[in-house]
Amino acid sequence: MNGMTGLLNVLYRGETGLAADLLATAARHRAEHEVHHVATDLAGWSRRHAGLLAEAGPHYGADLAETGAGTRTGAETGARTDEAGDMPPLLADLRRLHLAATGNALYWEMLGQAARATREARLIDLSGACLSRAGRQAGWADTMLKTLSPQLLIAR
Amino acid sequence: MTAQEDRIADPWGARTPYAAGTAWPVRVDTRLAPGVDEDAVERWVPSASLLHSNGDAMDIAVREGRIVGVRGRPLDRVNRGRLGPKDLYGWQANASPDRLTRPLVRRGGRLVETDWDTAMGLVAERSAELLAERGPASIGFYTTGQLFLEETYTLAVLARAGIGTNHLDGNTRLCTATSAEALKETFGCDGQPGSYADVDHADTIALFGHNVAETQPVLWMRMLDRLEGADPPRLLCVDPRTTPVARRADVHLAPRPGTNLALLNALLHEIIRTGRVDRRWVDEHTVGFEELRTAVADCTPAWAAGVCDVPAADIAEAARLLGGARRLLSTVLQGFYQSHQATAASVQVNNLNLLLGMIGRPGAGMLQMNGQPTAQNTRECGANGDLPGFRNWENPEHVADLARVWNVDPETIPHWAPPTPAMQIFRYAEQGSLRMLWISGTNPAVSLPELARIRSILAQERLFTVVQDLFLTETAQLADVVLPAATWGEKTGTFTNADRTVHLSEQAVEPPGEARSDLDIFLDYARRMDFRDRTGGPLITWHDPRTAFAAWQRCSAGRPCDYTGLDYDRLRAEGGIPWPCGAGAPDGTERLYTQGISWAAPEVCETYGRDLVTGGSVGASAYRAMNPRGRAVLKAAEYLPPHEEPSADFPLRLTTGRTIYHFHTRTKTGRVPELNAAAPKMWVELSAADAAEHGLAEGELVEVTTPRGSARGTLRIAEMRRGTVFLPFHYGYWDTPEGHRPPDGEPGRAANETTVTDWDPVSKQPLFKTAAARVARAEPGTGTEGARR
Repeated sequence: MNGMTGLLNVLYRGETGLAADLLATAARHRAEHEVHHVATDLAGWSRRHAGLLAEAGPHYGADLAETGAGTRTGAETGARTDEAGDMPPLLADLRRLHLAATGNALYWEMLGQAARATREARLIDLSGACLSRAGRQAGWADTMLKTLSPQLLIAR
Repeated sequence: MTAQEDRIADPWGARTPYAAGTAWPVRVDTRLAPGVDEDAVERWVPSASLLHSNGDAMDIAVREGRIVGVRGRPLDRVNRGRLGPKDLYGWQANASPDRLTRPLVRRGGRLVETDWDTAMGLVAERSAELLAERGPASIGFYTTGQLFLEETYTLAVLARAGIGTNHLDGNTRLCTATSAEALKETFGCDGQPGSYADVDHADTIALFGHNVAETQPVLWMRMLDRLEGADPPRLLCVDPRTTPVARRADVHLAPRPGTNLALLNALLHEIIRTGRVDRRWVDEHTVGFEELRTAVADCTPAWAAGVCDVPAADIAEAARLLGGARRLLSTVLQGFYQSHQATAASVQVNNLNLLLGMIGRPGAGMLQMNGQPTAQNTRECGANGDLPGFRNWENPEHVADLARVWNVDPETIPHWAPPTPAMQIFRYAEQGSLRMLWISGTNPAVSLPELARIRSILAQERLFTVVQDLFLTETAQLADVVLPAATWGEKTGTFTNADRTVHLSEQAVEPPGEARSDLDIFLDYARRMDFRDRTGGPLITWHDPRTAFAAWQRCSAGRPCDYTGLDYDRLRAEGGIPWPCGAGAPDGTERLYTQGISWAAPEVCETYGRDLVTGGSVGASAYRAMNPRGRAVLKAAEYLPPHEEPSADFPLRLTTGRTIYHFHTRTKTGRVPELNAAAPKMWVELSAADAAEHGLAEGELVEVTTPRGSARGTLRIAEMRRGTVFLPFHYGYWDTPEGHRPPDGEPGRAANETTVTDWDPVSKQPLFKTAAARVARAEPGTGTEGARR
C-alpha cells in the first residue's frame, strides 16, 4: 500500500490547502460578494474531504491528522506568484483555485481507480463522492473566470 | 362593490363560493372618485393592474380628460371582475401634484429643469464618449418589471445590439429571477407550467413562501371562494410568519429563515419513502430520479426538524397531505426566491410535482410566481438575464437566429458570458469599470440591499446616472439626468402576468406636462445614437407601440413565448390571452406540458443549467449527455447553512417583506390617501415571546441593527416563529426631510439599511430574507422614524 499511503498524504495536503486557499480568497475579496460567499461554502467541502481522509487514512497506513500533513496558513496561500504579473488579483486567485481543485480531482480519480482495482469498497464510495465535489469546485472557478474576465481585463 | 364598501378594512371583499371544477363566479369591483357615478364616465379604457404581479384586468374610467376610477373586467380569465385594494385606490397616484413634468439635469451639484433636447443630447453625448473611450462594457442599463413589453423589447434591442453591452438587467432580478431560473433548471426553458384556473380544480394547494393574500389578493379571493364552496381544497403553507394563508392552512410549517431546502429535501424523502412516486410518469418524462433519491436519502423529517426547527411529525403530515393529493397545485414566491439557496429550494418544489406526476392537467401543476406586473416581459424580451425569445446565449445557433431577426452580425450581440445580473452591474459601477448607468422605473436607493453601499455607488462623481421615473425618487435625487416618464393609463402597450396572460393597456389620458412614454424616450435615444443594422438601415425600425409589438412578434415567432397570434384589436375585444398564441395554438395556451416536456432538448433549451449549489455552468456537452431527449430534469441539491447565522451580538434572524397596501418603495402607493393611511409608517414585527424577552411593548419605537446598519420602526407584536424579526421593505426617505437618505449619522427607517449583500449563486437574486440582527428600544429624538421635529 506504499503508493496509496503517499497518495492519501498528498490528497490530504491538497484538500486542506484548497480549504485554506478558498478562505483566503474569500477574505481578500469581500467586496466581490458572490466569490466571497461561495468560496466560503466550498471551503467547507474541502474541510469535509480532509476529515474523511483523516478517518480513512489509518486503515491504509496513513496517519494524516497526526502528521498535520496538510496544514498551511492563510499567509502562505495568499502569496502572489510572479507569473500573475499585473493580472487582476481576483482572476489570479480564481485561476489558482481552479488548478488546485482540478489537481485534487485528479488525485481523487487516481484513488478511485486504485480502490476499484483493490476492491476497497470504502475508498470507492469516498473517492466517488469527493471527485464529484472537487469537479464542482473547479467548475465554479471556471464559470466565475469566464464571466468576470472580460470586464476585469478589458474595461478597467 | 358599492360606494360604502371599505376595501382597506376588508381587502378581499365578499365571498362568491364555488365548487371544484366549476367556473369561478363573476364579481365586479368598481371604485370611482367621490361624486362620480358610472353614468358620468365618458370612456372606459381597457388595462390591467400595474401594482402587483397578478395581472387583474380592468377598465379605466375617464371623464373630462382625467382618470376618475377603475372597474374590474368581468369576463377576463384572471380576475373575473375583481380588483384588489391597490388597484381600487392606486389610480389616484397618476394625478399627484409632484409628478415630474420636465427633464432635469445636474448643474453645479443641483438638479435643474431643462428641455428634452438638452437632456437627451447629454445622454447621447456621454454614451458616445464612453463608447469611444472605454467601449460598450462601460455602459449599463437597469430597468424594471413595470415597463410595457414594447418598451422592454426596444430597450433590449438598443442595449444588446445597439450599444452592444452585456449589462442590461431588470429589478426583476429582485423579484422573479429565481422563478425563471427554477423553471429553466427543471424544464430547460422558462414558461409557467400552470394556470390560475388550476385553483378551480385542485384538491390540494401548497404555498411555499407565498403570502398570496397580500401579494396577489385577487388570486387569494379565488382560493377563499374555493375554501367556502363544496369540496374545498386542503392547504399547506410554508412560511415563518402566521400569514392569512397560514391561518387557513390544514398544515402550516414555519421553518427557520434560510432552511427551505432542508425542509423540501425532507418532504421529497418522505414522498419517496412512502411509495408515492408516480414511477411510470417519472420514467417517461424525467431524468435524474436516482440522483435525486440518493441526494435525499438521509434527509429524514427528524434531520430536517433539527435544521428547520419544525416538528418532524408536522413534516411527515405535510408529506402525507402532498402525497395523497389527486390534483396538486404548488405555488412559490419570495419566501423562497429571496432566501438562502433560493433556486435549489424552488427547484425542489418542481421536483415534488414531477415525482407525483402533478403537471399539465387541470388542478395539477405549479406556479413559480412573479413579483411584478411585467416581470414576465423582462424575462422573455431579454432584459432579465437571457436573450430575447428565451434564446440560449450559449447556443451559437440561437444567437445566429436572433442576429437574423435583428439583421446584425452575430458577433454584435454579447454572448461570451451570461447577461450581467443587477447586483454585478452595481459591483462593476463600484469598482469603476462601468461609467454610465441608465435606471428606468426602479428605485435602487431604497430597494437594493445594504443601502449605505448603494448610495455611495450612485453618488460617485465618475458614474453618469440617468434616471427615468414618474417622481423624484430617492434614486432620482442622486442622478445626473432625470427623465420624466408617462405611466399606466398615459401610454399604450401590452404586458404579461405570472400565468402567461397577455393584456392590452391603452392610453386613457395625456401624461402630465412634458412627460413621455418610456418607449418614446428609448426611440429618441436610438435615433440620436443612430444605431444601424448590418446593411446600414436603422437597427430599430419601429416608431410606436403597435409597430414595436409587431417587431416583438417577429422575434417571438416559433419560440415558446409565441405572440404571433395576438394583436391589439383581439386583446381589446377578448381580454387576457395566455401565450404561446400562434400557428399551433390560435386561442392561446392554458397549460404547458400537457403532452410531455417540450423545450428541454439540447438544441432548443434556453439554458444548459447551473450547479444548484455553486452556480457553476453545466455546459452544452454535459447537458447533452445528461438529457439527450429533452425530458424534465430532477435536479438535486444539498443543504448548506445560511451565510449569516445568529450570534451573541445579533441573536435574531431577520426577514423582510410587504404589506397588501403598498407596492415596492411606495412611489405610487405612498401618494394615495387611502393606501398611505392604511400603512403610513415603518414598523417592526416580533413574536410576543421575543418582545417580552426584550422588555418591549406594542407601539414602542424600536431599532433593528445588523452589521450593515440600523432601521427604526414601531413595534407590532405578530404571530410568527420565535427568534425572527420582520421588517417591511417599502419605506424610504422621499417623504422625509432628508429626501433620499437617513439624517447624518442617525439611523434611518428603510429595511435595506440592514440587509446583507449576498445573492443566490444560481439565479443571482439578492437575499432579503436571510440575515442576523438585534433589536432594542430606540431613544426617540433622532433618526428618520420617531424624530422630534
